[in-house]
Parts: sequence; C-alpha cells; structure tokens
Amino acid sequence: MKEFLIDLLHNEALVYTLMAFVPLVWVVPFALFAVWWERKISAHMQDRLGPMRTGGYHGWAQTVADILKLIQKEDIIPSAADRKLFILAPYLVFAGSYAAYAAIPFSAAYVGSGINIGLFYVISISSIVVVGLLMAGWASNNKWSMFGALRSAAQIVSYEIPVALAILAVVMVAGTFDLQEINRLQTGWFWNWFLFQKFPFLFVGSIIYFVASLAEVNRTPFDIPEAESELVAGYHTEYGGMRFALLFLSEYANMFAVSAIATTLFLGGWNSPFGEFLSGPFWGLFWFLGKGMMFIFVQMWLRWTLPRLRVDQLMYVGWKVLIPFAFAVVIGVGFWVMAVR
Amino acid sequence: MQLFDIVFYVFALITLVSGGIVVFSRNIVYAAFALLFTFFGVAALYVLLHADFLAVTQVLIYVGGILVLLLFGVMLTNNVISVEIRTGTVQTIPALIIVAIVAGTLAGLSYATWKGVGAPAAAGPQTTTGTLGQMLMTSYVIPFEIASVVLLVALIGAAMTARRHRNS
Repeated sequence: MKEFLIDLLHNEALVYTLMAFVPLVWVVPFALFAVWWERKISAHMQDRLGPMRTGGYHGWAQTVADILKLIQKEDIIPSAADRKLFILAPYLVFAGSYAAYAAIPFSAAYVGSGINIGLFYVISISSIVVVGLLMAGWASNNKWSMFGALRSAAQIVSYEIPVALAILAVVMVAGTFDLQEINRLQTGWFWNWFLFQKFPFLFVGSIIYFVASLAEVNRTPFDIPEAESELVAGYHTEYGGMRFALLFLSEYANMFAVSAIATTLFLGGWNSPFGEFLSGPFWGLFWFLGKGMMFIFVQMWLRWTLPRLRVDQLMYVGWKVLIPFAFAVVIGVGFWVMAVR
Repeated sequence: MQLFDIVFYVFALITLVSGGIVVFSRNIVYAAFALLFTFFGVAALYVLLHADFLAVTQVLIYVGGILVLLLFGVMLTNNVISVEIRTGTVQTIPALIIVAIVAGTLAGLSYATWKGVGAPAAAGPQTTTGTLGQMLMTSYVIPFEIASVVLLVALIGAAMTARRHRNS
C-alpha cells in the first residue's frame, strides 16, 4: 500500500501522514458502533431490548445521535481543576492508544509501520496511556477521579507483567518481534495458529494474555478503576462533552488494540482459517477484523456475566495466579524450543 | 532540508523544551509530567539513530516504570502543590568544577568523533534486537549476570523494607 501511494503522490511526507490516518477510518466507526453493540448485548442478556427507536432498525443510529449531542455540549472545565493538564489529558490518552495502531497489521497489504520491533513497541507505547490517565485523574482535582486514576495505573502496571510473559512465549516460538512475520508463520489451516502450537503451553499463554489484557483495558471483571458504585466514574468523572467522548473513544480503541494483538499472536491474524479459502489482502482484512470482533464480543459477554473483583482479589489474581502460570509457560516453551532445535 | 532533518529538529526541540520545564517549573507535578515528553523525545532520537530496541526499551522502562512510580510518589504526597520549590544557587564553586569537567569531557568526545557525525546512519543494521541478545549472552554475559544479581538484591531489599514497616 505504501509503494502504491508513493507512486501516486510522489511525496514521502504526505504518504506517511496519510498512512497514519488509515487506522482512524476503522477506529472511530468501530468505537461508535461498539457502544451501540454493547448496549444491545447487555440488553439481550438481561432480557431487555435496549435502544430501539433512533434510526429505525433496532436503534442503530443511537450512538451516532449521542456523539452529535456530545459535540454540541458546552465545554466545561471545573474551576478547581488544573486547566492545562485537564485539557491535555484526553489527547494524551488517545495519542497513547492510537499509537499502538501504527504497528498492528490489518492485512497482508497494510501495516502502518513494518518495524522489526513491532510487538515490543505496542507493549511499551501503551504506557503513555497510563500517564495520561494519571494526568486526567490528578488534573480533575476530585477524589474519585484521583482514586480511579491511581487504581487504574496500579492495575495496568501489575498486569503488564503477565502480558509481557505471555507475549514472550510467543516470541520464543516465532523468533521475531515483527507482527507481519508472526502472521506469515501461521499461514495455512487453523491448526497452524500459535494457539495450537506447542500444545498446551501457548494455549494457556493465550488465556493468560486475554485475562491480563482485560485488566489492562479496565474491563469487567477488572473495572475497579471506574467502579460506578464506589467511584462515580473513575478518572473521567469530571469530563463532559467532547473531552469525555475522546476518553471513551480511546477506551474502545484500546479494547480493539488488545484484541488485535491477541488475534495476531494466537489466532493467525489475517490468515484464513481454511488454508487458501478466501485468502488474499482484502479477505485478510475481513478475517482480521472478524477475529478481533470475536474478542470484543467475548469482552462484552464477560462484562455482563461476571461481577467486579475487589482490589485485593485483583492483586491475588495478578501476582499469585497469572504470573506463576505465565512463568511456567515461558519455561515450558523454552525447553520445547531448545529440544526441537 | 530533508524530512529526516525536520523530524530530528522537531524531536530535539520537544526534548529540550520539556527538559527545560522539568528543571525550571515551580510546580512539581508539571515537572513530573514534562518528564514524559523528555523521555519520549529521547526515544524518538534513538529511533533516528537506528537504535530501535533501545528506543522502545527507553519508553517501556522510563515512561511505563519510572515515570509512573514517580507520579505515584508525587500524587500520594500530601499538599504537594502548596510546597514552593525554590531553585537557587548553592555551592557555586563545586558546581562550577563539576560543570567544567562534564563540559570538557563532552566537548572532547564530540571533537574526537566529529567526523562520524553528519552522515545519517543509513548503513547501520536493519534491526539491533538479535545482535543485542547475542552479545548479551556471549561477550557480555558476566556484566549481564552481575546486573541481574544487583537487581535481585534491590528487589529483596525493597520487599524486606516494606515488610518490616508493616510488622512494627
């Protein structure tokens, strides 16, 4: 895609700028309709109908109407808030979550930046989100926001360890950090996916990754940073209008980013599950988004099924369950890879 | 001016300006948040030097680890905003001596390696990760192991300190 654009425009700077905007074409509509989707799923799980009126067919335009309303809202900054940081924080949070999309391979023909270090980059760049959340919480000058931000940061910092270890196990099998290369190694039928390689080590690793990634994006059962019953809404309590929309957008962008990484690492990324059946750059995009949306559905399903963990239970799950199992996976995969070679 | 130069100057400016805020800001929270941009700018400069692994590690360790810890410390401290940080000159003569030594070393280094600067490092290796790993496990295995033992000692020390506090 990059070569095609360079041929078309003859200007490198313009092409790179355009390439940087491509994932936005997916992220914004995804966030918009994922909110509607989540409301519908929750409604059906609770034997309700959910939004039904706006737009005609099952209320599909509900979130479009919501975003139009949010854009028109008055821009309120609390008088006791720290003005500069309060304004900067939502942009920083979104920049952090969008930066991860630079290395995510949407299809064989499109990856924002085909860097060798892609996977490691995605893990590390998400730490900007943590700083952004802390900034939002602190600048709001509100105890609920502050506690939400501190909880969120503590949670993300502890769950980064099992995530990194699960990813390390995959890297040991693949021998590369390059996400496109990891995809290419899984080409073929679905038993070539890393999910079923080195069984059962990477299978356990994928479960560890999924559970820990739920905590990284503050989803139920790990949503204590925005526990409504104790903290109102966590770090975005004081935000309204467009700034709130931006924080919400980055939350959904993060959800899809971790799903995309799980897809790439364990479910073969843009590869078709059935060998050559429906493969190719365009169908690759279809399979990639489809697998990613499956993870999104599981995240929503869990949200409306499981209760919220307490803080001490959260730390128990992270440090005493996920990390020992993740170490076992890494050691097991290490011995296997060494023995085979 | 090429694209490379523009990108370099933009990131150099970000690094210097945010570094200036870290040093001169009277609000300690602003200083801590400005550090984010400094670390980020330095990481970008590493990328421009083809040190991709170092750049990503810089972001992971300094932004994800050290800066978050620092912010935690700042935010958990009571009345952090009301504390006025004073930046004044104390101990002028020792400071001058140290500055002179550092400046001299840096000037000497840049003079000695001046010829290498200027040409972009386009001929460098495509990726540094594999080579770095190989080197750490072969030529530099003893420094690597010593560093890990030092970190382990620090970890045990931190756990011990925290534990004794709780018992008393």
